[in-house]
Amino acid sequence: MNEYARFLWRCFRISFVGDWRYYAWMTVLTVISLLGLNAYCKQLVNGLMTTGMTDQVSWGMYIANFTFLVGMAAAAVMLVIPVYIYRNKELHDLVIFGELLAVAVIVMCLLFVTVDLGRPQNFSHLMRRFNFPISMLTWDVIVLNGYLLLNCHITGYLIFCDYMKREPRKMLFVVPFVLVAIVWAVSIHTVTAFLYVGLGGRPFWNSAIIAPRFLASAFSAGPAFIVLTLQVINRFSHYKIPRQALLTLRQIILVALTINVFLLVSELFTEFYTGSEHIASTRYLYFGLAGGYNTLVPWIWTALCMSSIALIILYLPLARSLRFFNIACLLIIFGIWIEKGAGLIIPAFIPTPLGEVVEYWPTWNETLICLGIWAFGLLLYTIFVRITIPVLAGKLTYDTDYVYKPDGPSAPASLESTAPTP
Amino acid sequence: MDHTDCSSQHDQRHVGTSSGTPTPYRAGLTRRSFLRRSTAAVGGMAALVAALSPLKDLDVEDMFSVERFLQKHYKELSPEELEKVLERIRAQVERDYKFRPELKDIKATEGVQFVYGLNLSRCIGCRRCVHACVKENNQSRSPEIQYIRVLEIPRGTIDIEHSNHYYDRKEVPDPDSFYMPVQCHQCKKPPCVKVCPIEATWQEADGITVIDYDWCIGCRYCEAACPYWARRFNFAKPTYAQDDEGNYLLNHTMTYLSNRPRQQGVMEKCHFCLQRTRVGRLPACLEVCPVGARKFGDVTDPESEVSQILRSKRIFVLKKEVGTEPRFFYYFDERHPQTKTSAPTVTIEGLEPGGRTGGGH
Repeated sequence: MNEYARFLWRCFRISFVGDWRYYAWMTVLTVISLLGLNAYCKQLVNGLMTTGMTDQVSWGMYIANFTFLVGMAAAAVMLVIPVYIYRNKELHDLVIFGELLAVAVIVMCLLFVTVDLGRPQNFSHLMRRFNFPISMLTWDVIVLNGYLLLNCHITGYLIFCDYMKREPRKMLFVVPFVLVAIVWAVSIHTVTAFLYVGLGGRPFWNSAIIAPRFLASAFSAGPAFIVLTLQVINRFSHYKIPRQALLTLRQIILVALTINVFLLVSELFTEFYTGSEHIASTRYLYFGLAGGYNTLVPWIWTALCMSSIALIILYLPLARSLRFFNIACLLIIFGIWIEKGAGLIIPAFIPTPLGEVVEYWPTWNETLICLGIWAFGLLLYTIFVRITIPVLAGKLTYDTDYVYKPDGPSAPASLESTAPTP
Repeated sequence: MDHTDCSSQHDQRHVGTSSGTPTPYRAGLTRRSFLRRSTAAVGGMAALVAALSPLKDLDVEDMFSVERFLQKHYKELSPEELEKVLERIRAQVERDYKFRPELKDIKATEGVQFVYGLNLSRCIGCRRCVHACVKENNQSRSPEIQYIRVLEIPRGTIDIEHSNHYYDRKEVPDPDSFYMPVQCHQCKKPPCVKVCPIEATWQEADGITVIDYDWCIGCRYCEAACPYWARRFNFAKPTYAQDDEGNYLLNHTMTYLSNRPRQQGVMEKCHFCLQRTRVGRLPACLEVCPVGARKFGDVTDPESEVSQILRSKRIFVLKKEVGTEPRFFYYFDERHPQTKTSAPTVTIEGLEPGGRTGGGH
């Protein structure tokens, strides 16, 4: 226990140490997080009046970001499955980075839901009267928090074992939890999809294809994000990411994105060929409605173009070049962020069930809160990675006095010699 | 908070490591690094305080009241606890709006099933119901929250998706349109109740779906779930008009579940004016209607006006396909050729035109 407290203290210390790039990055993130906090304080005082939401469009960018991020969190398992089911050794250590991402992203999800609440001070009511299993939101509360705990346990345990130079007791403390986490990851995204799908009054959401599409898009955007993170780690630390790992992820992204595009085409065909009145929202999203209501049109087409270009790149031999692969990953992340965030949440409210068309655009304050949460999530993830790398490299262990110096190629060579090899 | 100066200590600690004994980390505090760290810490704290500064305008009593934090859900309150809560609310209204309200809690009468009928042949779209409702139920005036939305629909269609919500005419009715007011339909199978994660909204014995404003967390899931767009959110603290002497223009007769002033960040909606209807009066929207287009009553009483309308007129409910079984129906003046003589079935299925007319239109 004592050792664990010391471990946490050292983790805390090390998160304040790095080279100038690390400081610059962390300072920028801290400043944006604080700006977001400031914006949230304003919202807390003045109410959700400070957002662009209305009774007509009653969920906006908070819930849109939440939805996208749940997918990112779920995608962490796409690293876990090859390792634990197919015994793919290349990805073994990378599982930790994936699961740490899940932890940071779930924290972001919870923050996005919290800032969306009109009366966060009533939060304790969730503990005192829980409409389970009727309300899908209660399911979401359970699965998201459960997923957070699961991943905290798995990563925390593995990292602490490395720190203590102990062989982790895998069959007892890791594998069962990992297997649960795999199913759980699918559940967090399915439950989040069901949150929307179950509403009969919103035809845009009331479609069985939403949940599978959620998973497909998550399993392309999530690994794409991980690919980029791994390369950042590769670039700025001693930790070397095996190239094979990136290639495995490329396969996953390729399959998931293809399925996603296929499901999208199925959905669009059903909607537009039928041409029933229920497609007003879909028409609003893709073509706009009469009267100049077309705020989302350029966004969704941008998203579609991005996904298509990424898909083409991935199918070409071009994608073997890391640069093109990275471009494809960026396109996927941004494209799916639009498609599954704003593109999924906002049109469902336009037109309203009574046929009124009111558009939504986030206010500056609302945007700052979103940026603040993103910055805070990245801050968390950076700290997690900052701690994990020296531990995995065997430099930060219980018996070494890890020198709190920047861990990067610029670090003096003498540091290397003090670090025992694992 | 950085510690780049530790390189000066590096050599000593290097020795410690190589001797094999775990050396706990000790910060090497040189004057320079101490100053630098203090500056960073002070700077960080200052930035944090600056970020939190908008909180100075927070209504602390609204945000952190122990009494409110410990308050139980409405259904769990004992009569004594309820009286305490009512007293707290009275005091709060007195603090905020400078008058002592007649605040009560009126329970539903068992065996009563309220139903609302709206005569589309008569409604002229004057919107008097909209404003009477706002006055009666103490909705926020700015931004104004309205429970009733009157749709102006061109004749020859009954497509609400092509209705005009913002018609602005010198005179109503417009000869080429008909008017369809929509408010909470008090569904028998309410989707809003189903989705609420904390049971802050529920259906009472008399069929009215109510909200415990003290319990709601403002997630607006119910608002997304409602197929009739009947729920409203307090995006800001409600504001009310004042007369010349500074008195707030509020209805002083209030109940816990209906028209007491709401807080910032909670949902609200039509509750069939339960502060009136549960003591035998009629809803405010009905009383003000100049053409008698609105009918309200207990459907279990065969002699009530709504029961008679259900037996004799052509009726329909809005969005039957969503399966919510509303207690709010629309009807036309023309009598149905096959008027039933027996009482309408009490269940809401009785409202469905196909189920009860047999003949069709």
